[in-house]
Amino acid sequence: MMTVSNSNAPLLDVRNLTIDLPRGADRPHAVEDLTFTLERGEILCVVGESGSGKSMTAHAVMGLLPKAVKVSSGVLRHDGTDVLSLPESDQRALRGGRIAMIFQEPMTALNPLMRVGDQIDEVLRYHTTLDRAARRARVVDLLASVGLPEPDQLRRSYPFRLSGGQRQRVMIAMALAVEPDVLIADEPTTALDVTTQKQILELIRDIQAKRHMGVMFITHDFGVVAEIAHRVAVMQKGKLVEIGPAAEVLNRPQHPYTRQLIAAVPHLIEHREAFGADRKPVLTAEKVCKTFHIGGGFFTPGRTVVAGNQLSLTIRQGETVGLVGESGSGKSTLGRSIVGLIKPDSGRIMFEGVDLLSLSRTAFRPYRRHVQMVFQDPYASLNPRHTVGDIITQGPIAFGEDRGRALEKAKDLLKLVGLDASAAERFPHEFSGGQRQRISIARALALEPKLLIADEPVSALDVSVQAQVLDLLEDLRHRLNLSMLFITHDLRIAAQICDTIAVMQKGSIVEIGPARDVFGNPQHAYTRQLLDAIPGKGWSIPEDVMATGRHGAALRTSA
Amino acid sequence: MTAAVITPSRRKGSGFWRAFARNKGAVLGLVFLLLVVLMAIFADVLFPTSPWDMTAAPFEPPFSEDALLGSDTLGRDIAAGIAHGARVSLLIGLTSTAVAVLIGVCLGAVSGFYGGWVDDAVMRFTELFQTIPNFVLAVVLVAIFTPSLTSIVLAIAIVSWPPLARLARGEFMSLRSREFVQAAVTTGQSNLTIIWRQILPNSLSPIIVSASLMVATAILLESSLSFLGLGDPNLMSWGYMVGAARTVIRQAWWMSFFPGIAILLTVLALNLVGEGLNDALNPKLARKGRA
Repeated sequence: MMTVSNSNAPLLDVRNLTIDLPRGADRPHAVEDLTFTLERGEILCVVGESGSGKSMTAHAVMGLLPKAVKVSSGVLRHDGTDVLSLPESDQRALRGGRIAMIFQEPMTALNPLMRVGDQIDEVLRYHTTLDRAARRARVVDLLASVGLPEPDQLRRSYPFRLSGGQRQRVMIAMALAVEPDVLIADEPTTALDVTTQKQILELIRDIQAKRHMGVMFITHDFGVVAEIAHRVAVMQKGKLVEIGPAAEVLNRPQHPYTRQLIAAVPHLIEHREAFGADRKPVLTAEKVCKTFHIGGGFFTPGRTVVAGNQLSLTIRQGETVGLVGESGSGKSTLGRSIVGLIKPDSGRIMFEGVDLLSLSRTAFRPYRRHVQMVFQDPYASLNPRHTVGDIITQGPIAFGEDRGRALEKAKDLLKLVGLDASAAERFPHEFSGGQRQRISIARALALEPKLLIADEPVSALDVSVQAQVLDLLEDLRHRLNLSMLFITHDLRIAAQICDTIAVMQKGSIVEIGPARDVFGNPQHAYTRQLLDAIPGKGWSIPEDVMATGRHGAALRTSA
Repeated sequence: MTAAVITPSRRKGSGFWRAFARNKGAVLGLVFLLLVVLMAIFADVLFPTSPWDMTAAPFEPPFSEDALLGSDTLGRDIAAGIAHGARVSLLIGLTSTAVAVLIGVCLGAVSGFYGGWVDDAVMRFTELFQTIPNFVLAVVLVAIFTPSLTSIVLAIAIVSWPPLARLARGEFMSLRSREFVQAAVTTGQSNLTIIWRQILPNSLSPIIVSASLMVATAILLESSLSFLGLGDPNLMSWGYMVGAARTVIRQAWWMSFFPGIAILLTVLALNLVGEGLNDALNPKLARKGRA
C-alpha cells in the first residue's frame, strides 16, 4: 500500500490545476491554473473569501468533488505519484492512508449513531492489518494524543455527548489514525468558540511538529493565519494571487487583494473615548432572568439551561454597547428579550421609563417600532418570496403608513445603506450576503427606531464585506444618533465598534465597562481568557496596508 | 460551497417547468390527465345521450357496432359511462381535496404557529380522526347523510384532512422560528399577516405536492363508495360501473374492466404528476448529484 518515499519530491505538488464548474455557474472554473507545493513539516494556510475555490482545491485532492464539477487539466502529485491518474482503489488507499482531512463542522462529519471509538476503529480496520485488541489500544492512544480526558471511557461515547471542541479532537484523532503525511484541514475552527479554537490550533500545531506532517490549512481568518502558518497562499475567484512565507505575506503583502483582505481584518485595539455617562439612558435592563427547559415529557424531567441570570445593562442615547461571549452564554437571549421575541421569567426592561415586560401584547406593540433588530443570517432573515421593497415597507405599513409613501421611503433607505433604489423591485436571492445584510439594516431603519439590536450581524459574512457592513453601521449610528446593542462572539469586532463592552459567561454578565478599560485592563479571569484566545494577537496589521487597503475596501461598494 | 458559486436561476417560472419536464413520467401523467379532463368537458359532445339510457342490446362485447367498449347488463354504453363518469370522479376528487386542504391547512397553521396548548388541543382533535379507519368513517358519514354529491365530497374531505394538518403544522413550526418570521414580529406585523403573507407562501410546496396525491386518493375513495352503492344515484360514476358489473364479471369482463382501467390510469397519472411536482418544488431532492 505504501509507496516508497521519494524524498526529493514535495509532499504535495499541484501544477496548473483547473477545475471546471458546470455550465450556468457564475464563472467557468472553480479553480484556474493553480500551482503550489506543500513540503514536509510545514503548515500552508490557504486563505480566501467564500467562493474563492479554496475548499474545491482540498476536495479535488481528496476526490470529494461533486459529480458535476470536474478537474479538466493539471497534475496533482503526492510524494511523486500522480494522484488523478491512479486507479480508483489506489486513490482510496492514498486517501485516509496518507492524506487525511478534517472538516469544518465536526457534528456533521461524525456519524451520530456510532460510538466515536468505533468510528476511529473503522479507519484502522480498512487501512491496517491490526487485530481487534491492537486496534482498541491504538484508538485509546489516539484519543489520548489529541488531549481528550479519560480516553478509555470516551471512546464509548456517542458524538452528541461531546462538546464541539471534543468532537473536533475526535475528528483529528480519526485523521491521524493511520499516520498520514498530509493533513488537510478545511476551516476546522470556524464553528468553534474562540477559546476552543485556540486549543485546537495549538493541538494541530503540536501534532504537526511532532509527526513532521505537511498541513494544508484552509481558513478565511487572518488571525488564525498569523497564529499557525509557515507559508500562506491567497486565493481570489479561483486564482492564486499570492504565495509566500507567512511573515512576508502578512507584513509585506504585495497583491492588492491581499492588502485589501488584511486591511479588512478587525483589529483589537482602536482607542475609543469612554462614552459619556451623563447621556440619557434609552434602555435599562434590570435583573433580567430567563431559564429554558429543554426536552422532558410526562415522565422524564428535562434539562434546564440558565440563559439569563440577573442581567443588568444600560444603553444610553447614541451609545453602542457590545455584548460578547461564547455560544450558549445567553447573549442572544438578552437581545431577543429586549425586542420581545422571548419573555423573560423575571426582571425589568425599562424603555423611556416604561417597563416593556409588564406590557400586554397590544400595549407593547407601539414600542416595537422604537426597538428594531438586525439578524445574524442574511440568508434566513429575508422572506424569499417577497420583493425587497415589500420587505422594507411591511413594517411601516403595519404601523399605518401609506403604501406609496412607505415605498418612497424604502428607496431612500436603500440609497442610505449603499444600494440602488431599483433594488426594491428585486427578490432577495438576487443579492449577495453583504447586500442582503444591508437590506436587513434598511428594514430595521424603516421604522425609525431609537435602539437597534444587532445580533451577530456580520458573523455570516466574508471579512472584506464584514468591514463594509461595520463601516455602514458606524456611519448610520452617527448620522441617525442611534443607540445600539451589538451582540457578537468576536472580540475584535466588538473592539472596533463598541463604546461599552459587557462580557457574558454562562448566563451572567461577568464584566461590564468602557471598551478601553475592558480590553486594556480586564478585571475578570474569563475576560482575560477570551482576550488571550484571540488568534493572531502577536501580529499587528502593517500601517501602510491599513491606510491604503481600508480606503480601497470602502470604495468597493459592490459588497 | 458549490451552491455559493452557482447563481440561482433568475426566472422562477421557467425553472419550475424545466425541473418538472425533466421527469418524463410526470409529463406523461400530465398529458393523460389533460386527456381525461378534455373527455369530461366534452362528454356531452362525444356521447350526447344520457349514460343511463339504453343505446344497445345488453351484453354487447367491446368493438361491437353500437358500443365501442361494449354495453352493460341493461344495454347502456360503457364508453359513455366512462366519459360522463370522468366528470364525477374529477369533480369529487378536486372539490373534496380543496375542502380537505382548507380544513387541514387552517388547523395545521394555527396549531404550528401558536404552539403550546393550542397545538396540543388541535393535534389531539386531529388524532381523533386519524384513529378511526378512513373508509369506515366515510361510509358511515355518507350513509347517515344519504348519498349525494355534497355528502360524498364532505365525507371524503373529513376523512382526508388530518395528514394535511400535520404537514402544515410541521411546516409552520419550522418556519415560525426562521429569522424572517421573527423580523416580521419585530416590525409589528399582526399574527394574521405573518401567517398569511410570511409563512404560508413558503410552506405551499409540500402542501401542493400532497394535495395532488390526495386527489388520487379521493377518486379511489369515491369509486369505493360507489362500488358499495353509496354513490350519488343520479350520477354515473366509475366506481358504480365496476360495482354494478361485479355479479357478471365471469360472463362480461368488459363491464368492470374498462371503468377499472379508467380509475387505475387516472390515479396513476395523478401520482406521477404529484411526484413530478415534488421533484420540481423540492429542488434539494430534484438536483441530487447534479451539483
